[in-house]
Amino acid sequence: MRVIVAKAGLDGHDRGAKVIARALRDAGMEVIYTGLFQTPEQIVQTAIQEDADGIGLSILSGAHMTLFPLVVEQLKAQDAGDIVFFGGGTIPADDAAELKRLGVRAIFTPGAPLSEIIAFVERECGKRRELVG
Amino acid sequence: MAKMIDRASGLGPGLTPEYGELVERWDAKAGRTPPRSGKGSGAVDRTISDLPLKTLYGPADVAQLDLAADLGVPGEFPYTRGIHPTMYRSRLWTMRQFAGFGNAKQTNERYHFLLSQGQMGLSVAFDMPTLMGYDSDSPKALGEVGKCGVAIDSVRDMETLFDGIDLGAITTSMTINGPAAIALAQYIVTAENKGIPRARLGGTLQADILKEYIAQKEWIFPPRPHVRIIVDMMEFCTREMPKWNTISVSGYHIREAGSTAAQELAFTLADGFAYVEAAVARGMDVDDFAPRLSYFFNSHIDFFEEIAKFRAARRIYARRMRDVFGAKDPRSWQLRFHTQTAGCSATAQQPENNIVRVAYEAMAAALGGTQSLHTNSMDEVMALPTEKSVEIALRTQQVLAYETNVTNVVDPLGGSYFVEALTDEMERQVEEYFAHIAEFGGMVEAVEAGYPQREIADASYRYQRSIESGERIIVGVNAFERPDETPSADLLKIGAEIERGQARAVQDVRASRDGAAVEVSLAALKRACAGDANVMPPLIECVKAVCTEGEIIDAMVSVYGRYTETSVF
Repeated sequence: MRVIVAKAGLDGHDRGAKVIARALRDAGMEVIYTGLFQTPEQIVQTAIQEDADGIGLSILSGAHMTLFPLVVEQLKAQDAGDIVFFGGGTIPADDAAELKRLGVRAIFTPGAPLSEIIAFVERECGKRRELVG
Repeated sequence: MAKMIDRASGLGPGLTPEYGELVERWDAKAGRTPPRSGKGSGAVDRTISDLPLKTLYGPADVAQLDLAADLGVPGEFPYTRGIHPTMYRSRLWTMRQFAGFGNAKQTNERYHFLLSQGQMGLSVAFDMPTLMGYDSDSPKALGEVGKCGVAIDSVRDMETLFDGIDLGAITTSMTINGPAAIALAQYIVTAENKGIPRARLGGTLQADILKEYIAQKEWIFPPRPHVRIIVDMMEFCTREMPKWNTISVSGYHIREAGSTAAQELAFTLADGFAYVEAAVARGMDVDDFAPRLSYFFNSHIDFFEEIAKFRAARRIYARRMRDVFGAKDPRSWQLRFHTQTAGCSATAQQPENNIVRVAYEAMAAALGGTQSLHTNSMDEVMALPTEKSVEIALRTQQVLAYETNVTNVVDPLGGSYFVEALTDEMERQVEEYFAHIAEFGGMVEAVEAGYPQREIADASYRYQRSIESGERIIVGVNAFERPDETPSADLLKIGAEIERGQARAVQDVRASRDGAAVEVSLAALKRACAGDANVMPPLIECVKAVCTEGEIIDAMVSVYGRYTETSVF
């Protein structure tokens, strides 16, 4: 299984993204961290090039309602809707609900246990890997 | 045992046979008593930073201390007990709440509210595009305008931000690093347009770029040109702005990125010393600029460790400034610092609990002798704070300052076996980090090699694992949860209309100014950047010509380039 951990926009808060990247790696996944300041296009391109099963996007700057939907759009435009798109950050509950409605598969907010995130990624990205073979 | 006690330290009455017997009896009993089990008991023997803790501290733990050389008295070298002789008896810390959101007009209203409620100084939070050097209509700014601070594109916004506030009477702290020199120029021009000369302006610019590469990641240029601009600012302020604190060397972000307390202290002080070295290399006299350096620390939830950290910070700093950098003015030896309670200790779950966390953290800052304090609001984990939650945060400081009486005795924990031992251990660990940094050739080199970045990422992962395993407890997160909790709907949100309005406003600014003056001033700035001339005077001319921040940064980037990080996790 291969997962992209991404940071988008101008947000430099990378503590959470790095912790998640390490935790997924320690759980046996192949993890590619994009580094900071990526555009939605770059993130989706990276995922396609790397044949990734999932993209986890971290946003703590308040720009989540702009950047998450742009990644969803890019996934559709690139015909890559099978890639499991999830994310996390300082995202209020009503925004999280709206993002899920738009197609983000899961939003993990502060305090979410690593075990829960790992279980989600293993399950959902595992399904995707089985489908594409 | 008797020889372990140093009577000269004066910290204990010395060992009598009676006391020796008591200690032996306690030792035996303690050895038979198992540590508590159950929730959070995995970490009873160490601090949140994994510093080992004994069950009990006594005279033997402070026997190595020399009363005069290591503790001294408040207001005198090495300032372990505080930088002023009478501390809060004579003057309380400055209550300074960090605030900024949306556009300059909205933030100006919040400033007037805070000042009307007894706040003593201003502290500006800028939005991400401003911090990264992009105008509000840049494609890079999409979705970020006004979100985690106020959008300032040109001096016009700065004028609105301080409308109705006397810049000659108040002090202002501006948390900005990459474009710090531009913010300073905008502040100067705003004040001078109102007839207040720059020499009268008091305040602080964060301008600590090294910690950006280490932790906060809001850089623009590569490290070396950035440090050069900071030295230009130090030189300029030393000459023209005697009341201005040029740099606020910051550990706050290092701690928020997941460092331990000792790492926060070591990396922050090492950053500060790197600026001192750079300014001395420029030919400045250390005593001409060092009294205007200030520091900014985090106050985390491990109460005594934080107090020890603040006390150790002063001692380490004083020693190095005097003995390594040869400073002769006592003001150069004094570490003055601002404190903010730990954002990373706050929880999204049961957010009201954050009020309690903030109160403890604020008390640690006061017992540690801070010069100014920001208390976080309970809802900042999820959004910008509402006016109500900011008011509670400010009231928390006021209760601490006016009701608890912790302000009336200087360094009340001085002489505590535990706090003194922990202070000493903190200093020892910091010196170890200094030795390691020296092996890289200095802090700039260590940062370029990614050393502090890796140390912090390791510490942050270890900490997260200890939460995950239940070794450590966070109330409401991995214990005492409320599954039925409903998230608060009362959050402050910045709508898309702010971004659209701000983008239009900056376009109007560009359309309504003298285009030739803009070109001339930007060309002069580029020449200064490419040569050795101080960049501050041409920067001020750019601001007077109403160049936008993005235009100024683009001009500078054309000389210095933009920095890109090699990311590791």
